[in-house]
Amino acid sequence: MKSGWTTHRGIAVALPIEGINTDQLMPARFMSTPRDQGYAKYLLHDLRRDSGGELAPDFPLNRPEAGDASILVARRNFGGGSSREAAVYALVDAGIRAVIAPSFGDIFAGNAANNGLLAAQVTEQDAGRLLAALESAPAPADVDLEGGSITIRDLRVAFNVDEVRRLKIINNWDDIDLTRNHSAQIAAYRKRLQITRPWVFPRD
Amino acid sequence: MSGQTLFDKLWASHAIRTEDDGTSLLWVDRHLLTEGSHHAFGKLAERGLELAEPSLTFAVADHYVPTRTQLKAQWNADSRRMIDTLERNAARHGLRHFGPADPRQGIAHVIGPEQGLTLPGLLIVCGDSHTSTHGAFGTLGLGIGATEVAHVMATQTIRVVRPKTLRIRFDGMLGPGVGAKDMALAWIAQIGADGARGHAIEYAGDAVTALSMEGRMTLCNLSIEGGARLGMVAPDAITIAYVEGRTYAPAGPHWDAAVREWTELRSDEDADFDAELVLQAGDIAPFVTWGTSPDDALPITACLPDPATLPADKAEKVREALDYMGLEAGRPLAGTPVDQVFIGSCANGRIEDLRLAARVLESRKACVPGLVSPGSSLVKAQAEAEGLDRVFREAGLEWAGSGCSMCVGMNGDIVAPGKRCAATSNRNFRGRQGPGARTHLMSPAMAAAAAVTGELTDARQLLEDRL
Ligand code: SF4
Repeated sequence: MKSGWTTHRGIAVALPIEGINTDQLMPARFMSTPRDQGYAKYLLHDLRRDSGGELAPDFPLNRPEAGDASILVARRNFGGGSSREAAVYALVDAGIRAVIAPSFGDIFAGNAANNGLLAAQVTEQDAGRLLAALESAPAPADVDLEGGSITIRDLRVAFNVDEVRRLKIINNWDDIDLTRNHSAQIAAYRKRLQITRPWVFPRD
Repeated sequence: MSGQTLFDKLWASHAIRTEDDGTSLLWVDRHLLTEGSHHAFGKLAERGLELAEPSLTFAVADHYVPTRTQLKAQWNADSRRMIDTLERNAARHGLRHFGPADPRQGIAHVIGPEQGLTLPGLLIVCGDSHTSTHGAFGTLGLGIGATEVAHVMATQTIRVVRPKTLRIRFDGMLGPGVGAKDMALAWIAQIGADGARGHAIEYAGDAVTALSMEGRMTLCNLSIEGGARLGMVAPDAITIAYVEGRTYAPAGPHWDAAVREWTELRSDEDADFDAELVLQAGDIAPFVTWGTSPDDALPITACLPDPATLPADKAEKVREALDYMGLEAGRPLAGTPVDQVFIGSCANGRIEDLRLAARVLESRKACVPGLVSPGSSLVKAQAEAEGLDRVFREAGLEWAGSGCSMCVGMNGDIVAPGKRCAATSNRNFRGRQGPGARTHLMSPAMAAAAAVTGELTDARQLLEDRL
């Protein structure tokens, strides 16, 4: 099991594209692959390639300096669309720990936190400043999850992350364990439901 | 104090507890599983856990189901493995399983309602974003990821951060030949693909209450394309009439109790929404998408955007989308030639959708190839009983089996690279229908019209005297 984290230092790459959806992050045709085979090679599979199927040399993630990237900075609406958690697996398996963008798909943001991946929300302006700082080349960056900031050289930008998700990543909480602590309360709810709204249970 | 919204009421009735951090633990009434559930079953097995409520969990094969052959020997290896895995997991946990050979098989979001599994007042989850479809019944339909699926399997509950509320009101009535798909694309085009992010939508207004259940399902289906967490329509007489007598729906005294509750289930007059959007239904024309995001949508009467007239930040995205789609800036949308059509999916694969497409196609020929895949095997049987299959076949379209099919191409039904498809599905992302495929989203009437003329066409012209 992975452990939680509070700070991360890694290489940040600019991905100045709006609306990178989960179909792009993890194309559907690879989704029947068992996870233990690793999803890194599927990350942005088609977007990284030209029409002939070759890796496009100028796509940010294909540049040699981006090989060890662990932080992505993108434009708004990152991770919209399909609920496929495989999109997060592809990022995580490729070594990505944090994605910084002005907005995220709701389901994606939840999936990310469940896998220790930070989806950090910044303003449009700050995203623009971070992208500008990374325009010529990927650069080392520091993510401070507790303080809620990312620093690239002398540029420091504050980000937002839902408090529940922040704590989940820091503590590597597992929801099933948390919820099973309340099993008595759940059982009581179910019992009450059977008495007050029995129609809720499917007839067969 | 102001009243409660429909959403507030449903949330309250499902909350088991609320944590200090604002997350609620909600009871899940129905859990639908598709082939993608293999990740979650794996997580469950890793921990040696059993399913908490097998009788509230239903397995459905849809994404990988081949629609062109029933013969398993002809399926591709992916389809076989994924469908077999689901069947094995369902058997192992004692779940009701709608497999490819089941006469009630279909897309999860079509058969849930069809079987009476979807009822007003419930909370339904599925590891699929279009679970929002079930909101048409006044139910909370939440799409979730694999970790959450495993959580529901183990506990029959879900932890959710409460979304904000958004009411989208359609005042007035739609014109002839305009439907729920056009309403959906209209609001998404207006506020953007992330415009409803973090919100639970309630659709309201005369044009919404006038919709059939099929129409309401289409409208709620596309909620996610505007970034919303879920979409809903308050239940009414139309809802209750649809549900009555379905296989898993309540009967006898339970039915009476349910109807009493459903009749009260709506937002209070004085309820406050966090946000509100109002559209005039009468102004909505048939919509078509031109780009690679669902908000790249325009009335069929409009011209394509021109990056030269847009601010720099918007121009780049438009240029890229036009480039991928192989379209020329500024040209009229109508008249764009298409290579093929696809009629089906959980957005528009229900009987009414097929009836409408057939109305356009009746005694006409399609001049491009096309695939018609009913949303379920029961929809297929119904369509055949009404002779709709004959209309499609005589027009020259292929009448296939039911499943997700060409909406996502996982079963091998794909659009070839560079080909342009007029589709009734809900996603026009790059490569969604196959690598390099170019998708235009539209209503079933519009897709049928495109089949007849071979180009994007205002379906109203072909529906004259036919409605
Ligand atoms: S029809 Fe398309 S959108 Fe609907 S569940 Fe299947 S793949 Fe998803």
